[in-house]
Amino acid sequence: MAAVESYPDDLKYHEEHDWARIEGDEAVLGVTWFAADALGELVHFEPPEPGATVTKDASYGEVESVKAVSDVIAPLSGEVLEVNQKVVDAPETVNEDPYGEGWLIRIRMTNASEADALLDVGAYKNVLASQ
Amino acid sequence: MAQTLQQTPLHDRHVELGARMVPFAGWDMPVQYEGVIQEHRAVRTDAGVFDVSHMGEIEVEGPQAHPLLQSLLSNDLDKIRPGEAQYTLLTNERGGIIDDVIAYRLGECRYLIVVNASNREADYRWMKEREIRGSEVTDVSAEYALLAVQGPRAIERLALQPAKAFTFAEDAIDGIEVMVNRTGYTGEDGCELLCMSDDAVALWDAVLARGVVPCGLGARDTLRLEVCYPLHGNDIGPDTDPISAALGWTCALDKEFTGVEVIRGVKDEGPERKLVPFVMDERAIPRQGMAIEGGGEVTSGSHSPMLDVGIGMGYVPGAQAAADTKLAVDVRGKTRTARVVKRPIYKREG
Repeated sequence: MAAVESYPDDLKYHEEHDWARIEGDEAVLGVTWFAADALGELVHFEPPEPGATVTKDASYGEVESVKAVSDVIAPLSGEVLEVNQKVVDAPETVNEDPYGEGWLIRIRMTNASEADALLDVGAYKNVLASQ
Repeated sequence: MAQTLQQTPLHDRHVELGARMVPFAGWDMPVQYEGVIQEHRAVRTDAGVFDVSHMGEIEVEGPQAHPLLQSLLSNDLDKIRPGEAQYTLLTNERGGIIDDVIAYRLGECRYLIVVNASNREADYRWMKEREIRGSEVTDVSAEYALLAVQGPRAIERLALQPAKAFTFAEDAIDGIEVMVNRTGYTGEDGCELLCMSDDAVALWDAVLARGVVPCGLGARDTLRLEVCYPLHGNDIGPDTDPISAALGWTCALDKEFTGVEVIRGVKDEGPERKLVPFVMDERAIPRQGMAIEGGGEVTSGSHSPMLDVGIGMGYVPGAQAAADTKLAVDVRGKTRTARVVKRPIYKREG
């Protein structure tokens, strides 16, 4: 079952429909409900390798539905510590729980100040409203 | 320049159902209602209905209708009688495929040709220009709506009598007159219901009331790909010949029709490339236009909802065309392995 539309208050957002949950010098990254809904049920996640470098505003992976492919944009720069194998094995987890079980990767941030430039939930909702 | 999209008589119904609408061949069409995968599974396990009213209908009639069509279409119309239908190709002088169509023999001297939406005007022009005395070609597309009701329970849900594939008959569903065609594009049992445009909404409602699931073009594409039916514009086109496309069975090479000598030549010499179905061995989804190592190219690719794996069709050199041959597909810069399989890619067990 696809999740109901929601955007948690405790996350930082990127206008390309990605979120970050900052935990100390680490961050968990994923895509928002809007991105998952726009693509439809996900059937593939092409993740980065653990140890790889991700760069803010650049693609670090791809998510695919039956009909379309979409780059996943990094909201923050860092080193990949962990890939969510559950999403690799069952990509529809992203549709079912985009902010919980459907997280994509965990990184160690290399420039924590980048987080200051991310959107809070209100600003992200304004981005959605203007689309 | 903004182009106005055409709407089928069921457009408002689709919007009311919350369908995601997309432009397709100049029409505003539903790509999905609830989701491609669940609609796909509904057709494989029960019954689904597709609005395919965007497809074209061309009527050909007159004492010379039969010889005209025998000269324009690849298959042999002498093999079908009134009440029967045939999958066939409209070919050009180069032996290329202008369109793949179904010819319904309405009477000895009267045919209805159902054509792809994107080719309707080209098909009509091609046929009209070649009209001979005693034959008349008419585009009647606007008069009709077409609903494809497909799936193992489609016939039962519509309370229709069993009938052979590629036959058709006049019937009524809840008092609505329909031509029931035992044809489809999903590999499942079922039918395509042709009705007058004005009756389309009532027929759609009657079909949904019988528990048939509304399905969009997204599921239509994955369903046809699992059973390896070619899509004109992707897998076949004016520059591809039927032999390379594994459609030699639709060509009566012992009769004369447009481009037949070229097609005979390809058959005699053997095609350089062949259209083959394949299944990914690695986790990846092939897409149209991706290169296959050795000179091949993916022409259709997606995710199989039934097999839960990437599947596709593509042209490969003859040496790579045998079943079980390993292929290497360039998936956005990464090499992913696949293997050639026999048609169809998906078949129900038992």
